[in-house]
Amino acid sequence: MSFEPRIVAFLCNWCSYRGADLAGTSRIKSAASVKPIRVMCSGRVEPTMVLKALQEGADGVLVLGCHPGDCHYHSGNYKTRRRLLMLGNMLEQLGIEKERVRLEWVSASEGSRFAQVVNEMAEQIKELGPLALNASS
Amino acid sequence: MKNDIKIGVYVCNCGSNIAGSLDTAAVTEYAQTLDGVTIARNYVFMCSDPGQELIRNDIRELGLNRVVVAACSPIMHEATFRRVVGEAGINPYLLEIANIREHCSWITEDKGEATAKAKALIAAAVSRVRHHQPLETRKVAINPKTLVVGGGIAGIQAALEIADSGHRVYLVEKTPSIGGRMIQLDKTFPTLDCSACILTPKMTQVGSHPFIELLSYSEVAEVSGYFGNFKVKVRQKARYVDAEKCNGCGLCQEKCPIKTPSEFEAGMGPRKAIYTPFAQAVPNTPVIDTEHCTYFLKGKCRLCEQVCPRQAIAFDQEDEITEIEVGSIILATGYEVFDPSPISLYGYGQLDNVITSLEFERLVNSAGPTGGEIKLKDGSAPQSVAIVHCVGSRDQNYHEYCSRVCCMYALKYAHLIKEKLSADVYEYYIDMRCFGKGYEEFYKRLSDEGVSFIRGKVGRVTDEAESPEEKGKLVVVAEDTLIGAMTRVPVDMVILCTALEPSPDAEETARRFNISRSADGFFLEKHPKLDPVATTTDGVFIAGCAQGPKDIPDTVAQASAAAARVLALISRGEVEVEAMTACVNEDLCCGCRTCAALCPYSAITFDAEKGVSNVNDVLCKGCGTCVAACPSGAISARHFTNEQIMAEIEGLLR
Repeated sequence: MSFEPRIVAFLCNWCSYRGADLAGTSRIKSAASVKPIRVMCSGRVEPTMVLKALQEGADGVLVLGCHPGDCHYHSGNYKTRRRLLMLGNMLEQLGIEKERVRLEWVSASEGSRFAQVVNEMAEQIKELGPLALNASS
Repeated sequence: MKNDIKIGVYVCNCGSNIAGSLDTAAVTEYAQTLDGVTIARNYVFMCSDPGQELIRNDIRELGLNRVVVAACSPIMHEATFRRVVGEAGINPYLLEIANIREHCSWITEDKGEATAKAKALIAAAVSRVRHHQPLETRKVAINPKTLVVGGGIAGIQAALEIADSGHRVYLVEKTPSIGGRMIQLDKTFPTLDCSACILTPKMTQVGSHPFIELLSYSEVAEVSGYFGNFKVKVRQKARYVDAEKCNGCGLCQEKCPIKTPSEFEAGMGPRKAIYTPFAQAVPNTPVIDTEHCTYFLKGKCRLCEQVCPRQAIAFDQEDEITEIEVGSIILATGYEVFDPSPISLYGYGQLDNVITSLEFERLVNSAGPTGGEIKLKDGSAPQSVAIVHCVGSRDQNYHEYCSRVCCMYALKYAHLIKEKLSADVYEYYIDMRCFGKGYEEFYKRLSDEGVSFIRGKVGRVTDEAESPEEKGKLVVVAEDTLIGAMTRVPVDMVILCTALEPSPDAEETARRFNISRSADGFFLEKHPKLDPVATTTDGVFIAGCAQGPKDIPDTVAQASAAAARVLALISRGEVEVEAMTACVNEDLCCGCRTCAALCPYSAITFDAEKGVSNVNDVLCKGCGTCVAACPSGAISARHFTNEQIMAEIEGLLR
């Protein structure tokens, strides 16, 4: 059986969640393997939440926020960018490819971009294969 | 305690919107098996009255204390279902929505995959909702004053609607006078009302209204505060004329020796360095343009000062910052006209007598630079005119969207040309879009007036003649797609119907007021169908072309709608503010103040006595970035606690 990845996507309430809604309203199909969790701001996403998702069986984590300069809370997206950069280094130390965690900007009007980002992520995780977190420990 | 959790799960079919793409019966059956679920039901329309009653009944009869609704986006119906559960006696925040429509049924090709995803989303919601806590919303009083930004027809209309109800409005206009684009137009389609004749009475009303404070030649410098209680700093630029003393006699403008192209006349005529943009300007106080005034450039002249009978010239005036407090804001900042120079094949800026639509408006206006005579550069009257539609609109290279008004104003031009001259008129169109009341009839009338309609996008405008009859003419080269042949039509004048595009400062404005823009750059409304005047920032509304190209009737309607929304808020008197704020557990806080440095709203203060941080509920907007950063886990975000999010992750990956 082919590998079907499990991916968690954290979506900020103001841009990305609405962008995803627009993808829905416009019936733009995308990979069902990416499953959303709504947060008010991408700046709410703690690195531990990303780790938690990987630990619970996700093969990849997507964090989507407003474009730089457009954050509903001015600068939450910049903060999540810094946190995820640091997390990337840590993931490597843990033997997890840092490509499994990806930060992207999707605005409320970018329904097609949402679908594109989701599909790209699903493809990328498919290529990387399952995350062997438990097997390697 | 956890054993007392009783969850009801309500799976909506949404007609066939959800049930058509996934197996809602199987999903409901699955939900029934989840931990803590007392009842799972499936219904055709959960948001309908019987659907809502189903939930209320179960809460009352089964003693449910948590509810999951698996339906459309929470952006759509979270408020509805919060109200429903509240009516049945449980706290509105003990609800979670699983978005199985926008995020599942509508975007998943395979029914099996969609069903599996819906199950995961519901499991996540069920897992999360058991950790929900009751929250109380707070109410704050609304300041009944309103800020309207932009003094075009949209801003004027909105300001008058609100002020007429007896509530104070601050109207901020960037240029020296209100009137906007509409005051530059000659006639309005399809009724051919004179634009100035119908607008100037409204402008005068604004100027003298006891409830409107007009801040012209001003810009919003800073916005702070929150819904119902915004604090706004307005920069009033120095006019260098004392408005109290000036009586608008115009002597200064008459004597000023400096001439420069007038913005109001679209560059077709001159103005002085001290000027009022046009005769009926409101306010009628001139301004000195420091970029052209000899005194400001070279330190001498001051002729205006010498001739002013009222000593109103004030060279030492400085910009002033005014602070105002308002409850609501309406943005009516208008649009910019597309500059066709980049489309070099149309020859704008290179060939004489290729002009833009706005230039033609001034040319044909009886108060314009030619007194309303349609003239070529050499002063003669054109014998033939080509009107080119969709310049910069419906064009992948510039703007993909339709500017909506061009077909109609192009027809108006044809009529005005036919009325004033005996010239031949050619309309080059892609599609005729005459969508409004009386518009199609106007199109029919113009066809009867002898205008030639050519269906095709113009490829080129050239002065290179290929035959004797083309000599000295502008040749319009286009494919007539109805006959499938290339055509060359020699004309004397070409009018380019230029696109409406977002203001150059739309991006800055959007950021200043914390609203979003759509892909085309115009301001984004909260909902494209059902909430076209609100934005994602509560208390900030939009109207007119700032939201997207539209004609005057639609602009007026939208401006009135925005005003109605503001008046509704004012009459309610208070607003519920978000309960989802951050709070500090003082026992865990180590007083490091990492949070305070991150807060974009300065909502976190430090209690030096206790050595802990505190969150000010009124200022906190609940973004949660402080929560994510707190090294001791002392701050939690109400309704987005770590516990809730972690449980959601567990449920999702179950």
